Amino acid sequence: MSAIGSLAIGRRERSVLLDPVITNNPIGVQVLGICSALAVTTRLDKALVMGVGVILVAAFANLAVSLVRNYTPGSIRIIVQLSIIASLVIVVDQVLKAYLYELSLELSVYVGLIITNCIVMGRAEGFAMQNPPWLAFIDGIGNGIGYALVLLAVALSRELLGAGKVFGLTVLPLAKDGGWYNPNGLMLLAPSALFIIALLIWLLRTLKPALQEKD
Amino acid sequence: MPRLDSTRYTLAFATGVCVVCALLVAVSAVGLRPRQEANQRLYMEKNVLLAAGLIQYDEDLPAAELRAIFDRNIEVRLVDFATGDLVPADRVDARGYDQRRARNDPAQSRPAPENRAGIARIPNYGRVYFVTREGRLEQVVLAIEGLGMWGTVYGFLAVDRDGNTVRGLTYYDQKETPGLGGEIANPKWQALWRGRRVYDDNWEARITVIKGNAGPAEQDPLRVDGLSGATVTSNAITRLTQFWLSDVAYGRFLKKFRAGAST
Repeated sequence: MSAIGSLAIGRRERSVLLDPVITNNPIGVQVLGICSALAVTTRLDKALVMGVGVILVAAFANLAVSLVRNYTPGSIRIIVQLSIIASLVIVVDQVLKAYLYELSLELSVYVGLIITNCIVMGRAEGFAMQNPPWLAFIDGIGNGIGYALVLLAVALSRELLGAGKVFGLTVLPLAKDGGWYNPNGLMLLAPSALFIIALLIWLLRTLKPALQEKD
Repeated sequence: MPRLDSTRYTLAFATGVCVVCALLVAVSAVGLRPRQEANQRLYMEKNVLLAAGLIQYDEDLPAAELRAIFDRNIEVRLVDFATGDLVPADRVDARGYDQRRARNDPAQSRPAPENRAGIARIPNYGRVYFVTREGRLEQVVLAIEGLGMWGTVYGFLAVDRDGNTVRGLTYYDQKETPGLGGEIANPKWQALWRGRRVYDDNWEARITVIKGNAGPAEQDPLRVDGLSGATVTSNAITRLTQFWLSDVAYGRFLKKFRAGAST
């Protein structure tokens, strides 16, 4: 195998890409990255940008960590991973400031938090350190997508029930604007995200009984 | 291949990672800066329009349209704080003038007299935005700033042509606690300022953010509802607003503006 590994999508690659989307979802099954899932899910556009940010950072961090995995001294491997992740996050933040300025004003706090997002670090240490670059890259994308999917699901329910909107467009006309829907204010507060994520985990475990631990 | 766990190799590897990461960060920061600065300026000008009520918060206008509204309705000029006179438009480019840089440049600023707004230096010139609609001068927007709880708060205050009534207010750069002091950026709170007066009958800057609720603007014109849980921020807003309306800053200009506007 070459240094990069084969760039094809074989069966192994497909399972690495697709497994974390549902069966091994980082939030739903690995229960990683909950903190940012509470913070950025009040609106769909925020969740989408955050999701894309994590996909990019996770993929390229995995790629970089995997490329140097055979040369990294074990004693400093965590800080090396962290430097790579932090640099990538700064790049994402700069790109946001240049192309989506107003969104970056609201998101910049959370974008900085991608550095401490357990998913990115967890995949770098748990997968990229043992696997070839191409596979690690795919794993990053898969986990990023799994994270983004949950974020979008949570944001959809919160924005819809909390503000009657989807991507900022009114779907349920609010009572105070002459419509019929009385928004649920709790949905806009952080605790509601916990309830929704718990429900999602419940749903996932019911659909995939294999995930349930034996007592 | 050297041993991975030797001290020399570990140090060399760490240095290499640092250099590569630093390069990546530096290239992206420097390469994207022009775009970011253009964005910042557009955002600032958008906030002038918000303060002046020419656009609303829930409107999502493309950049070109914002620029068009700005060009159509706003004239940017500089005021000499010492005299209150306008600086001739051909002397300094008012729109390109960087008030924050001027404030830190000893040649373009002076130490501020003692104040409680946390302002150490004030620039010689301050920016004002004249707002005209259908050829009629309606209001003037002033740039205000001062120390909040966590950092400097920057905003715009729109004053009617009577030089006293508030027409609007925005803060476009602030680091106050989200949910508490950060509520100064909430359009609902900012709307409470509309119609209130900044000066009392003796033309002293008196507008105050109080603790608790103020009455309606017509009956209680000099006071604004406080933000609960954010006493430090509320007081800071009072101090910095009064500072910029005093004779040290825009006070002299507003006096002349009033006189000119009433004739």
